Amino acid sequence: MSNVEAKPVRAKDLLGAIVANHYQSAWDAKNAGEKVGWCASNFPQEIFETMDIKVVYPENQAAAIAAKGGGERMCNTAENNGYSNDICAYARISLAYMDVKDAPELNMPQPDFVLCCNNICNCMIKWYENIAKELDIPMILIDVPYNNDYEAEEDRIAYLKGQFDYAIKQLEEITGKKWDEKRFEEVMEISQRTGRAWLEATGMSKYEPSPFNGFDVFNHMAVAVCARGKKESAEAFELLIEEFKQNIAEGKSTFRGEEKFRILFEGIACWPHLRHTFTELKEAGVNVVGTVYADAFGYIYGNTNELMQAYCSTPNAISFERAVDMRLKAIRETNCDGALIHINRSCKQWSGIMYEMEREIREKTGIPTAIFDGDQADPRNFSEAQYDTRVQGLVEVMTANKEAK
Amino acid sequence: MSISTILNKFDIKHADIIKKYQEEGKKIIGCSPIHLPVELVYAAGMAPMGIWGSYGEIARAKEYFPAFYCSIVQRIMEMVLDGTLDVLSGIMVSTQCDSLKALGQNIKRVYKEKNIPYIHVAMAQHRKIEPGVDFNEIQYRKVKAQLEEISGNEITDEKIEEAIKLYNKSKVLMQEFVELAAKHPDVITPSWRSIVLVNANYMDRAEYTEYLEELNAALREKEVVPWKGVKIVTTGIITNSHSLNEIFEENDMAIVEDEVAQESRQFRTLVDENTGNPIRALAKYLGDIEGCSLMYDPDKLRADMIIDKVKKSGADGVVYVQAKFCDPEEFDYPIFKKALEKEGIKLVMIETDQQMTNFEQARTSLQTFAEML
Repeated sequence: MSNVEAKPVRAKDLLGAIVANHYQSAWDAKNAGEKVGWCASNFPQEIFETMDIKVVYPENQAAAIAAKGGGERMCNTAENNGYSNDICAYARISLAYMDVKDAPELNMPQPDFVLCCNNICNCMIKWYENIAKELDIPMILIDVPYNNDYEAEEDRIAYLKGQFDYAIKQLEEITGKKWDEKRFEEVMEISQRTGRAWLEATGMSKYEPSPFNGFDVFNHMAVAVCARGKKESAEAFELLIEEFKQNIAEGKSTFRGEEKFRILFEGIACWPHLRHTFTELKEAGVNVVGTVYADAFGYIYGNTNELMQAYCSTPNAISFERAVDMRLKAIRETNCDGALIHINRSCKQWSGIMYEMEREIREKTGIPTAIFDGDQADPRNFSEAQYDTRVQGLVEVMTANKEAK
Repeated sequence: MSISTILNKFDIKHADIIKKYQEEGKKIIGCSPIHLPVELVYAAGMAPMGIWGSYGEIARAKEYFPAFYCSIVQRIMEMVLDGTLDVLSGIMVSTQCDSLKALGQNIKRVYKEKNIPYIHVAMAQHRKIEPGVDFNEIQYRKVKAQLEEISGNEITDEKIEEAIKLYNKSKVLMQEFVELAAKHPDVITPSWRSIVLVNANYMDRAEYTEYLEELNAALREKEVVPWKGVKIVTTGIITNSHSLNEIFEENDMAIVEDEVAQESRQFRTLVDENTGNPIRALAKYLGDIEGCSLMYDPDKLRADMIIDKVKKSGADGVVYVQAKFCDPEEFDYPIFKKALEKEGIKLVMIETDQQMTNFEQARTSLQTFAEML
């Protein structure tokens, strides 16, 4: 027997394995002749998880392709097929993948149906309609109408429930698999556990210094998107909490260097320029401690009604007032010194309220803000020079504010 | 009465229409694109006024929207900020595309300061299934309550039914006008066709219906003059730019059918009458609409509908008028193009926006297209 101790399992490795396994199990299902779907990131995963139906996530794939340098190639393919370069780059990459069916950065099975939910944007509907039409496959939609009220009231919940019933019927017909109420209860339970662990882990950035590098959230998010209903995900996030607790106890962090400033990063990551956007901040001692993404995938509910409400509460489905409160909460809880706002060329809905949001953040919190132009997946819509200048400007004001204290 | 005299009745400046409403003591409710329940506004004794932007510069709206935003949305915001729309007693904004969602929220912020009510019209995209119709009916009841508060008038079912019948009557006349315009492009030029159809969004509907009855009657009587130019079908969100219509005319292009949001998409479907529940009928209407880029349609019927229009009207080709930065239309285009190519139908796409002053690119494309046809 060897007396060398086994290397402790790290949350990072578990999370990586969950994503790898997620894609592998979809391939296995496809190869075994099962029907496999393409699914929108905020579609109520409780539905297909309950029915043991395998899906993969085009948004996740597009982010991975973009992060690995394939964004421009895929966008070009879509544009050659007639898609305007104005269209969301995730959609362009996905529509290109549907056509060429190969991307060395990350391959996934072709769909037998699509599961769409527009609680992040209506662009999703157009994108999935096109996939359904081009591949002649069924489309399942859970429509979440944009809500001007603060809470989702009974009318929305009733509408969602009606659509759940309709979607389940469609899926039963497509896959031959059956709905199981008992299994649904179990899935809700596991998803809750994952959601709570995810929120607790990402919420630990409130400690000073934060026990983790904020850009880690962008990476861990893949599991929060793809595998919220899996026990392994809950366990991995719970391990992440333990690691963060240990970091706090030991005064350590995965953010290397001194955490001089703490900021809210508003918007989706610029995947093609992740390294540059991170490095520029890191060198100035800026750590990202606040994101709205953390809350976006932390679905918390105690019963079916609350589950419906939770899916009506994604950042892009809520009113301006509630969206502002979400940012203010993140800024106050994590004690941010500033906010860096990404005007994402790919996301019209998010970008369309962001200038007013910036004014609100400044007025309500007094912290400095900076805006930069970028894109979640098309590398051509980002300028390093502009980003650097804006970050430097933000850092100068944050420095002056600290010195004045 | 001569055709040109009747046509002139439709050629009214929006400012004059507003003045007339004000003189009549009528409150005006702004209605964003598209498919809003204008019948409820009419039933409240108020004037529904289409809000489709206007041609001009974008200055203050840049404080709300990045440059890559639809110019209709930006121009509406500009008119909200510069006070042009202060004449409104309320504004209804729908949520069918992402840009409209952001527009509504930004208007709500500005109008709060101006004390003008913002009426949020949530619409179910899953509009054909029962839960979707139920949801839309509930939203329309909320809209009705807000309109009653603004107008001070009760909106009875009888009044809604009357409004539905009036609007349906005008829609049937508009459908007939499209057919008559195709027969008489020598007098109903693209510019006149646009003025007649687009002003339905602004004029009092009863008056409009009366004028259109006169116009259609006169056109029915008119002798058909053989058309030597080309015949086209237009599609897109808006095609009412004066410069664009001039280019059509310079190239002897007659519009024999359209599939334009500001035109046919609003009158090709009727609302059910005498149902006993007219609000539900309005909600069901949303589910009856086909082929609109802003309404959920997994079958993508738009291309099939245009192909049908081309065949029936004997058109030589289709002009896809792409409103710059309008992603619902941009998503439809590749599918549309493929379907038309399969049928051997000629297609050209031109991009326009409401800030555009230079139409040279569109002019060249349309000239080449006309020659090709």
